[in-house]
Amino acid sequence: MTTPKEKQQPQIGFVAGFIVPGMPQPLLAPEKSPGWGRVRAAFEVLRERLDALKPDVLVIYSTQWPSVLGHQIQADARPQGVHVDHEFHDLGTMEYNFPVHVPYADAYIASGKERGLHMRRVCFKGFPIDTGSLVALGLLNPDNHVPCTLVSSNMYADRAETIVLGKAARDAAQKQKLRAVAIASTALSNRLWTKPIDPTEDAISSQKDDEWNRKLLEILAQGRLEDVAQLARQFAREAHADSKLKAIWWLSAALGSSNDFRGEVLAYEALHGTGAAVVELRPGGVSRGEQEFDEDDVEFFRGERSVLSPSSPGSKTPEKARPS
Amino acid sequence: MKNQNNTGRPGSIVAGVLAPHPPHLVYAENPPQNEPRAECGWEELRWGYERLRKSLSGEDFDVIIVHTPHWRTVVGHHLLAVPHFKGLSVDPVFPHLFRYNYDLKVDVELAEIIAAEGESAGLQTSLMRNPKFRVDYGTIISCHLSHPTWNKPIVSISSNASADYFSTDVGQREMIALGHATRAAIEKSGRRALLLASCSLSHRHFTEEPQVPEDMTYEHIYNHNQYLWDMRMLKMMRAGESRRVIAEMPDFTDQAISETRAGCLTWLLAAMNFPTTPATVHAYGTVIGTGNAVVEWRM
Ligand SMILES: [Fe+2]
Repeated sequence: MTTPKEKQQPQIGFVAGFIVPGMPQPLLAPEKSPGWGRVRAAFEVLRERLDALKPDVLVIYSTQWPSVLGHQIQADARPQGVHVDHEFHDLGTMEYNFPVHVPYADAYIASGKERGLHMRRVCFKGFPIDTGSLVALGLLNPDNHVPCTLVSSNMYADRAETIVLGKAARDAAQKQKLRAVAIASTALSNRLWTKPIDPTEDAISSQKDDEWNRKLLEILAQGRLEDVAQLARQFAREAHADSKLKAIWWLSAALGSSNDFRGEVLAYEALHGTGAAVVELRPGGVSRGEQEFDEDDVEFFRGERSVLSPSSPGSKTPEKARPS
Repeated sequence: MKNQNNTGRPGSIVAGVLAPHPPHLVYAENPPQNEPRAECGWEELRWGYERLRKSLSGEDFDVIIVHTPHWRTVVGHHLLAVPHFKGLSVDPVFPHLFRYNYDLKVDVELAEIIAAEGESAGLQTSLMRNPKFRVDYGTIISCHLSHPTWNKPIVSISSNASADYFSTDVGQREMIALGHATRAAIEKSGRRALLLASCSLSHRHFTEEPQVPEDMTYEHIYNHNQYLWDMRMLKMMRAGESRRVIAEMPDFTDQAISETRAGCLTWLLAAMNFPTTPATVHAYGTVIGTGNAVVEWRM
C-alpha cells in the first residue's frame, strides 16, 4: 500500500465532477415534498461551489439522451426551445436558451475519433434537449453564464466504449486548456413507482436498492470514484441501475480513473422511487493507492461497428444464423 | 354517451395496421413538412404504405388511434389530451433525416373514454394536458405514412414500460388489457377508428450509416436470425393466426430484439379481439438493419 499523500489541484482539464439526478421534480416542484426540496437545496450548494471554480465549460453526460448511431455531441451554439417531460408532464414546462461551448464540442468530437469512437456532431434547430440535461443546467447554471456541451448515452455502448468516451472528454479539455466540470446526470437505482404517489411520502422503491445506493454513496464520500465505477456491473444487477450506471464509467474516466478525490454527498433522496444523489468530487484528495481493476483500462475503442457493408474495407460479413 | 355519427350504432374498428415508423421513410418521400431532402430510398416499404393508403381510401373513419414506442412511460398508460398540437419534431437519433413540422388535432373525448375504460379495467392511465408537449416521432411518422392528409383527429397512447420493469409476459398482459379497454371505448364512443401499431418487427440497428443515408447498396437485414423470426411472424399473420402471434410474442420480442417490446402489436391484436381473418402484408423491408412490415387487418 502506498503512503497517503495530498494531490495537487489541476488548473486545466476537469477541475471537478458532479453526480446529479435527472428527474424534473427538484427543478419544477421542489415545494411538493421535503425530500425533493432537500435535493433542490443540495443543487443550490453545488451551484455556489461551481461558481467558485470559475469553469470555462460544463460537460454533461445525460442518461436521458440515448443515442444509437455513435456518440452525439451537442454543438449548436444556442439551443433554445421548450421541453415537457414525457412522464411528469403535469409538473410544468422547461424553457431553455443556453450557450454551448462549440470549440470544446468540436475538440471532443475530434478526440473521440482519435480514440476510435464514432462521434456525431449535433447542430439542428429544434433538436430535443432531454430532461436530465435541462435539470442540471437549470439548477447549476440558471443564468447560463457558463457554456456547456451535452453528451449522449449510447444505448449499445458498454463499459469499454463509455470509458473511452470519458477519456476523450478529458483529452479535449486539456488540449483546449479549459477548466471544465464533468456532470453525470444519472439516477443511482432507477426503479420508479408505477403509480402516482403522494410526493410527501416519496421513498426509494425497494429497500435493497436503498441499501445499495447507500453503499455506493459511502464509497463516493471517501472520494473513491473509480471503485464505484468498478462496482457498476454488480450494482446494475442488484439495484436497477440507471442505464447500467454507465454515467459513472464516463465520469470516472473523464476525471482520470482514480480514487484520489475529495468526495461529498450533498443529498440522497427518493425522486418518484429512484435513488437521487447530489455528489461533488474534487481532485486533490488523499491518495488511497492503486485500486484493483477487474477489467482493462481501455485507451482506444476497437469494437466492431463496420457491419454496414460486407464489401467495405476492413468490415466483417454480417452474422449468419448457425445451423442447428 | 355522445355518438359522433348520430347513428346510434356502437363504434367500431375499421382496420388495424402494423405501421412502423422509421424516419427514413418520411425522409425518402420528401413531403413538404420535412426539412431534409432525399434522392430515393426504401421504396418497397414506401410503396407498401402506398398500397395501404389505397386500400384504406374507400373507408370512412373518424379517428386514428396510434400506440407508440417513442413515448415511453412508467407510471401507467398516457394519452394525448390537448385538442391541437403544432410544432417541429426533430428525431433525436436521426436529426439529419427527420425534422418535421407537424400540425395535428386530437380526439380528446375519445382519449378520455379510453383512459376511463382502462381505469375501470384496473390499469393506471393518465391524460397528458400540457399544451407545450412535444408529440413523439413514432406517432407522427406512422400517422403521416398511413394518412398523410392529417384531416382526421388522432389519439396517441404511450407505451408503458411494464415489459422492461417486469417481463415480456407481464408487459403482454398489460397491453392485452389496454387493447380490450381501447375496443370498449371505441364501441362506447360511436367512433369508427383506424388503429395503428407504430413499431418495427426485428429491431437490431446498425450503429453506423453510409455517407448517403439512402444509398440502398448498404441496406439489408442485420442478421439471418432476425429475418427468420420476422418471416415466422408474418407467416402467422397472413394465416390469420393472431393468437399464435400473441403466444410467441414474448419469445419473438426477446430473441429478435423486437420493437414489439413496447406493446404496440399486442395492443392492436387485442383491440381487434385476435382476428382470424388473414392479414394483408403490403410490404416487408429493412431500414438500417431492422425488419419492418406494413400489415393490414380488415375488420
Ligand atoms: Fe422506433
